[in-house]
Amino acid sequence: MSPKNDSPGEYKGIWVYVEQKHGAPARVSLELLGKAHSLAQMLMVEVTAMLMGEGLANQGEELIYYGADRVIIADDPIFKDYRTEVYSAVIVSQVLRKKPEILLVGATCTGRDLYPRVAARLRTGCIADCTELGVDQEMRLMIASKPYFGRNVMADIICPLHKPQIATIRPGVFELPIQNRTRKGEIICAEEHVKEEDVKVKVLDTVSLHVNGAHLEQAKKIVAGGMGVGKAEGFTLLKELADLLGAELGSTSLPVDVGWVSPERKIGQTGKTVSPQLYVACGISGAIQHFAGMKNSEFILAINKDPKAEIFNFADYAIVDDLYKVVPVLIQELTKSQAK
Amino acid sequence: MEIVVCIKQVPETTNINWDPRTGTLIREGVPGILNPNDKNVLETALQLKEKHGGSITALSMGPAQAEEALREALSMGIDKAILLSDRRFAGADTLATAYALSLALKKIPKVDLIVCGEESADGMTGQVGPQVAEFFDIPQLTYATEIEIHGHTIRIKQKLEDCHRILESSLPALITVERGCNIPRIPSMEQIMEAYRDKEVLLWGTGDLEGNSEHFGLIGSPTQCRRVYIYKAERRRVQRLEGKTDEVARKLIQLWQQNNLI
Ligand SMILES: Cc1cc2nc3c(=O)[nH]c(=O)nc-3n(C[C@H](O)[C@H](O)[C@H](O)COP(=O)(O)OP(=O)(O)OC[C@H]3O[C@@H](n4cnc5c(N)ncnc54)[C@H](O)[C@@H]3O)c2cc1C
Ligand SMILES: Nc1ncnc2c1ncn2[C@@H]1O[C@H](COP(=O)(O)O)[C@@H](O)[C@H]1O
Repeated sequence: MSPKNDSPGEYKGIWVYVEQKHGAPARVSLELLGKAHSLAQMLMVEVTAMLMGEGLANQGEELIYYGADRVIIADDPIFKDYRTEVYSAVIVSQVLRKKPEILLVGATCTGRDLYPRVAARLRTGCIADCTELGVDQEMRLMIASKPYFGRNVMADIICPLHKPQIATIRPGVFELPIQNRTRKGEIICAEEHVKEEDVKVKVLDTVSLHVNGAHLEQAKKIVAGGMGVGKAEGFTLLKELADLLGAELGSTSLPVDVGWVSPERKIGQTGKTVSPQLYVACGISGAIQHFAGMKNSEFILAINKDPKAEIFNFADYAIVDDLYKVVPVLIQELTKSQAK
Repeated sequence: MEIVVCIKQVPETTNINWDPRTGTLIREGVPGILNPNDKNVLETALQLKEKHGGSITALSMGPAQAEEALREALSMGIDKAILLSDRRFAGADTLATAYALSLALKKIPKVDLIVCGEESADGMTGQVGPQVAEFFDIPQLTYATEIEIHGHTIRIKQKLEDCHRILESSLPALITVERGCNIPRIPSMEQIMEAYRDKEVLLWGTGDLEGNSEHFGLIGSPTQCRRVYIYKAERRRVQRLEGKTDEVARKLIQLWQQNNLI
């Protein structure tokens, strides 16, 4: 393991790893391109998008519109399915050749599978599951922040002596940038060859799943419940409210852990990051790990019977009362007003 | 078949303190439990051994009290246990942790399969498994919900966000198993007594591993905690809605209508 890079100063520029599915870039990768673009301006460097897969010939332009100055495309049938072995070989080879100082990755299943391994091979750090990103301009350091252990604690994590500084970032943390179709950039084909005979892992089958609540990230309205809901049936009541509002159902982590709600509905640091126009929080205390996932909501209504609950510090409207008293009446009044 | 499981003791989440200087968790003296996901790790390994024979070694890095997690593993039926414990391992990030674990693994002859959890309840990075695989230079098969072994081939069902995949690899390999992918067995009182009375937990320090001591623990960790702080949410001007519940509800509906939310 090399404790430090010999000449970290040689490392320059910000890379975004662009995850794709059937050729279409993942939303989180585009969010990261937008963020990379603003960080790059502070460091006065360029943004490079790194894209791998099969049949990607026309994908480069779009990434430039979203903020990349340069796109490196590794396009080959062998890259069709995501495989750790193949992808890590290509990325490590490109990084060693082109030496970026910062590498940003969506904290998706495959992003979290791939980049710890890439980091280990490069003997650098990988900061997992960040919810905020900044740079120290003077030190040229990336500052990646995330909720820490405990209720309202954040930590700033840095990787001061090793390059590239790698971070995985939760989907939905940053806004989707607006495309700028006048942007110009360079598209480069990565000359990387991997032979199938050398690859130990084969993908024998892929079965798409229908995922419930998968659209939370895009939802305009969310009704979410926490431990204060107290039982699985309580979520049926919240679902009724959600349906009336045309909202999705969400949850904190604990109701998921005890099995009242399916894991796809978890919101927070270790769940989804959402940014609806309306967020109705029922029986939620407002721990930072949950807040991290919903703080960009526009209109937050909190229903909690504890007047000192943390959530009242960042809600727009507060109802200090038992949710089992409030929600049924709200359902009733909504039904009435809709009948009119 | 020789299986090694990596398991971790995690603090009970209610009782947490960190070193204000380094930002690392203070683990000593804080009551710990076996990482819940790692119970699935143990159950996976035990089921594979029941089918294919061989033996299972449990490996953990942590302070002396992490021995409790290994005793729990022994009581469930794991054959051998090794605890990596040394002041110089303390403060390790995932890279330094994986480095130390992989050096210990290299001392265990003919490992066919390494099983890790997908994620720990404290670190929650899910990085240690893939990084051990890298240092041990073997394929990694992550997010496994079902595992089958035929001869020298392993096949897993992998759960990603929106699909399942069937992956196949030659052995040796490392797998990480999903939380809740099986129901971990509960040891009997007898087995727990036995684990404490008749079984041994080997204690290895940095001197027992053939590695570069600069790469252990805090000094071997590329990532550092620069600052730990209480997060102050940007306060919003919260408006309390008070009165009779039906009045409150109507007020709210009116507000939503004014804001074009409904
Ligand atoms: C590493 C780590 C990662 C985590 N990631 C996440 C994450 O991604 N998402 C997440 O949500 N959490 C996460 N957590 C957990 C988080 O710290 C909190 O424990 C959790 O968010 C609290 O959930 P809660 O508000 O539902 O429950 P509680 O904190 O138990 O709060 C329940 C609230 O309901 C109120 N209440 C009770 N009964 C009623 C009633 N009848 N009517 C009205 N109000 C009532 C109570 O006053 C209380 O405020 C994480 C924790 C750790 C350590
Ligand atoms: N200190 C450790 N000792 C042994 N195994 C560990 C340790 N830390 C992490 N692991 C393994 O790596 C998995 C993922 O942990 P983490 O990367 O911390 O989320 C755990 O479920 C364990 O299997």
